[in-house]
Amino acid sequence: MKHPTRKATRHVSQNEGLLFEKSSPGKMAWKLPPLDVPEVDTKRLLGDSQRTALGQLPEVSEIEIIRHFTRLSTWNYAIDLGMYPLGSCTMKYNPRVNEVVARLEGLANGHPYQPEKVSQGALRILKTLSECLLEITGMDAITLQPAAGAQGELTGLLMVRAHHQTKGDPRKKILIPDSAHGTNPATAATVGYAVENLKSNAQGMVDVSALSAQMNQEVAALMLTNPNTLGVFEQEIHKIADIMHAKGGLLYMDGANMNALVGKVRPGDFGVDLMHLNLHKTFSTPHGGGGPGSGPVAVKQFLEPFLPWPVVITKADGTLGLDYNRPRSVGRVRAFYGNFGMFVRALAYIFANGPDGLRQTTEDAVLNANYIRKGLEGAYDLPYPTPSMHEVVFSDKLQAKKGVRTMDIAKRLIDYGFHPYTTAFPLIVPGALMIEPSESEPREELDLFIEAMRSIAEEVEEDPEMVLSAPHTTRVSRLDEVTAARNPVLRWKPQG
Amino acid sequence: MRYLPKSPADRGAMLESIGVGSIDDLFAPIPAEYRLTRDLKVPRQMAEAEIVDWFRERSRENGDNYAATFLGAGAYYHYRPVLIDALVSRGEFFTAYTPYQAEVSQGTLQAIFEFQTMISELTGMEVANASMYDGSTAATEAVMMAARLSQRRSVVVARSVHPEYREVLSTYATHQGMSLLTLPYSESGRLDLKELERAITQETACVLIQSPNFLGTIEDVGAVAELAHRQGALLVVSIAEAVSLGILEPPRQADIVALEVQSLGVPLGFGGPYCGVIATRQQYVRQMPGRLVGQTTDRNGKRGFVLTLATREQHIRREKATSNICTNQALMALMATIFMTIYGKQGLAELAKQNLAKAAYAAEQFGKHAKVLFPGAPRFHEFVVQTGEDPHAINNRLLGHKIVGGLPLKKFYPELGNAALWCCTEMTTRTAIDTAAGFISESERSGKSAPETDVEEVAR
Repeated sequence: MKHPTRKATRHVSQNEGLLFEKSSPGKMAWKLPPLDVPEVDTKRLLGDSQRTALGQLPEVSEIEIIRHFTRLSTWNYAIDLGMYPLGSCTMKYNPRVNEVVARLEGLANGHPYQPEKVSQGALRILKTLSECLLEITGMDAITLQPAAGAQGELTGLLMVRAHHQTKGDPRKKILIPDSAHGTNPATAATVGYAVENLKSNAQGMVDVSALSAQMNQEVAALMLTNPNTLGVFEQEIHKIADIMHAKGGLLYMDGANMNALVGKVRPGDFGVDLMHLNLHKTFSTPHGGGGPGSGPVAVKQFLEPFLPWPVVITKADGTLGLDYNRPRSVGRVRAFYGNFGMFVRALAYIFANGPDGLRQTTEDAVLNANYIRKGLEGAYDLPYPTPSMHEVVFSDKLQAKKGVRTMDIAKRLIDYGFHPYTTAFPLIVPGALMIEPSESEPREELDLFIEAMRSIAEEVEEDPEMVLSAPHTTRVSRLDEVTAARNPVLRWKPQG
Repeated sequence: MRYLPKSPADRGAMLESIGVGSIDDLFAPIPAEYRLTRDLKVPRQMAEAEIVDWFRERSRENGDNYAATFLGAGAYYHYRPVLIDALVSRGEFFTAYTPYQAEVSQGTLQAIFEFQTMISELTGMEVANASMYDGSTAATEAVMMAARLSQRRSVVVARSVHPEYREVLSTYATHQGMSLLTLPYSESGRLDLKELERAITQETACVLIQSPNFLGTIEDVGAVAELAHRQGALLVVSIAEAVSLGILEPPRQADIVALEVQSLGVPLGFGGPYCGVIATRQQYVRQMPGRLVGQTTDRNGKRGFVLTLATREQHIRREKATSNICTNQALMALMATIFMTIYGKQGLAELAKQNLAKAAYAAEQFGKHAKVLFPGAPRFHEFVVQTGEDPHAINNRLLGHKIVGGLPLKKFYPELGNAALWCCTEMTTRTAIDTAAGFISESERSGKSAPETDVEEVAR
C-alpha cells in the first residue's frame, strides 16, 4: 500500500466453525412451557406419518448461538461500517426507527387473514404508502404485492400482455436496451415474450433512430431503465415514449434508479405507462444480505383493471377493505399482500423525509456521484462523457494495459476499507467500474474513497501484483469459484 | 434532514469542486418541461417521535391486544425466541448487501450454507437453495423446474393445495404454455388417488400436493409418488408449515420440496416478508432456481463459501435463465437458521409435539358440539370444523372476547358449507380453546343460522 489507508486497519477476526461441528447431544437452547392439555400418543395419531429421526440438526446452548452468529456477523461488510459504492443497488442508510416501528406488536404479529375490522391499521399503511408512491411517480394506480424488483417486472409485463390481449392484439416481443439489468430479459422470457436487443448510441442512450426502425406492431413494450445503468438520463425520453405509443406499444420503466429522480421529476409526467420501484433501494428498506426486497408496480389509469388482486378500497362506511372481485386482473403473483414489513419501513422513511427531505436526498445522491466522477477523472477511463446522475461508470481500460482488470481493482478496494463497486456491468462497457455512492455518504467518506481509488491506480502502475493478488486483509483470500461450481458442495455432511 | 450527512458548506464546496454553479445544473439533462417545480404532496417531514406515534396508532388499530388467534392457513403464530431479533438486528447482517463479494461476506455466506444444510435435513432432500420469496412462489418455481426436468408441460394439482398458492401457479403457468388440471380431495381430505391415477399421463410433468394440506390433512406422499413416478412424472410437495417436520416424516419420495419457513421464527407481519425455499435431489440442482451457496477454499487452502452455479441465474444467462428471480430472503432465512439452531434436533420434535397435542385437544373439544371433518386421515395442527351457523357469526362473537376464530372456508371451498379451518400452536392456551369450544357449543345448541348479510366478511 503506497499510502497507508486512513480508513481501514486489521481488526480481530475470530475463527468460527460450522454449527454442526459444535453440536453435542443433550446441549440445548430451548425450554417449552408445560403442556396445558393432555399428552398425546404420537404413534396413534400419526401412524406411518410419524417422524422418527430429525437428522443432523445441531444441538447447542444459548451462549454458543449468540457467539456463533455474532462472530459470523463480524466477517461481513455492511452499510453500518462504511460506503457501499455498488452501482444500481442504491446502498443507503437503513434508518433505525424503521426497524422499531416494523416490530410493533399489532404490525409484526398481524395475521394476513385476520378480520378486516381488526386490520384497519395495516390497511391504512398500505393505502398511505400507495398514495405517497403514486405522488412520487406521477402514476394513477399501484400494487404493492410483488416480492421484489424482478417480480415487479413480471407483474408489469403480465399487465402489458393483458392490455394487448384485451385489444385483441397479442404481441410477441419486448425491446430491451443492451445496457439493461439481467432480470429484464429473464422476466420477458418468463412471461412468454421474445426479447429483442436495442443498441445504445455513442452517448450511452437509447438510439432513437434504431428504436424507430425496430418498433412495430409486434412489439408489446420497451423496458427502459431511466436513468439507465450508465447513470445517464434518457434525454430524448419524450421521443422514445412517442415512438412506442404511436405504434401501440407501452413504455415500461425499471425503477431501479429512481433514487436519481424522486422529488425532481416524475416518470408519469414523461410518458411512462407503468414501472416498478424497489423499496430496498430507493426507500431505505434493508438489503438484509440479499433480501427481502419489495417491488411495487405503479401504472397509468388504463392499466388499473389489470392490477393483481386484491386491491385496497375505501368502503361505504369509510373503513378500508380488500377487493378481490377484479375480473380483468392478471391474477395473483404471491400469497397474501406482499412484503408488508417493507411497506412499514418505506413509509417511515417517507415520513422522516417529507417533500423537502426527499428532494434534498435526490440532490445529494446526484451531487455525490458527480463529486466522485470529478475526483476520479484522469485516473480511470470514462467511456461515456455524458453527464451523470446518481451513478458513474468508468472502465478499466487504462489499468488493463498492466493486466489489471476491474475485479482486481474492486478486490483491492476492500483493503482500503470499502466494499467493491459493481464490476463488469453494464455489459456495454468492457471492464466496467459502476459506482453509486447514494446520498448517505458524507464528504469525508467520499474523499477517502477517491483517495483509495487513486492510490490503487498508482499501485497498478508501480506494483500491479499487489492489486492482482488482493485482497490482503480479509479472513479469506480470493476463493476458488471454479472448483465450487465444478464440484458443488452445497451442504455440510458428517465426517466418515 | 437528519439522514443526510452534509452541511450547506459541504454542498457548496462540492459543487465548486465539480465546477457547477448550482445543484440544478446537475439536473440539466432532464428536459425542463418535465422537471417538478413544486413540492411533492406527501406528508411533511416528521420527527422520530411522531413517526413512532403514527405507527403505534396503526398497531393499535390492528388488534395489538388480542388474547388468542386460531388462524393458520399458511401463516402461523409461533413463539419467536428473543435471540432471533437480537442477532438479526446486528447491522452487519441486516445492512449488508447480497454476498457477491465473498471475501467481505463470509458471515452471510456461512449462515446460508448452514441454512441449506438444515433445510436439507428437515425436508429429507439432498440439497436446498438459499431461499425464494415465499411458499407460494417456491411451489410455483418448483413446478416450472419440474417442467424443465421432465420436458413436459401438463401439471396435476391437488385442490387441497393452498388456494392462494394455486392462484400464483396459475398466473405463472398461463404464459409458460402449461396446462393445470386440478384434482379433488376425497372423503378423508386427502388427494383422491383414484382420480389421480386416471389423471396422470405420459404428458404429465409433475404432480403438486401440499402436506399437511390446506384442510389440515397429511397426504399419503408415498402413494402419490408411486403413481406419479410410474408415468415418469415428478412429485412436487409444498409444505406451508415447516414446524410440522419436527414430528412428521418428510416427503422423501418427492423429487422437489417447496417449503415456506415463516413458522420457523419469521414474524406473521400481515403476510410478509416470508421465506420460501426449494429442496431437491442432487442430480436436479442445475435446474434449480435461485441463489446457492457452495463451500470452497481460498488461495491458502482455507475453507470459505461463495455463491455458486450462477450460470443458472438471470444476471449471467439473461433470457435463458432458470428463473427471473434475483433476490433471496436472506434475512428471513437467517431468522429460520437461528430458530432451527435454538430448538435443534430435540426441541423441534418437542415443539411439534405440543402443536399436535393442542390441536388434538381442540378438535376433541370442538367435536363434542360440531362436526370435525376428515376424521379418516392424520393431521398436524389444523382441522376443519363444520357448524350449523355461518362461522363468520361465531367469529364475530369470539372477537368480542379478543379471540380471532378459525378461517371461514366458504370463499375457497363453498361445498363445505359453514366450515372453518382452525389452527392451534404451542401459543394456543387451553383456556382459549375452551372458550372457543364454548361459543361453538352455544351456537350449535341455539341452532343459530344468521343470515349472511348481517355478518362481516371476516375471511377475505
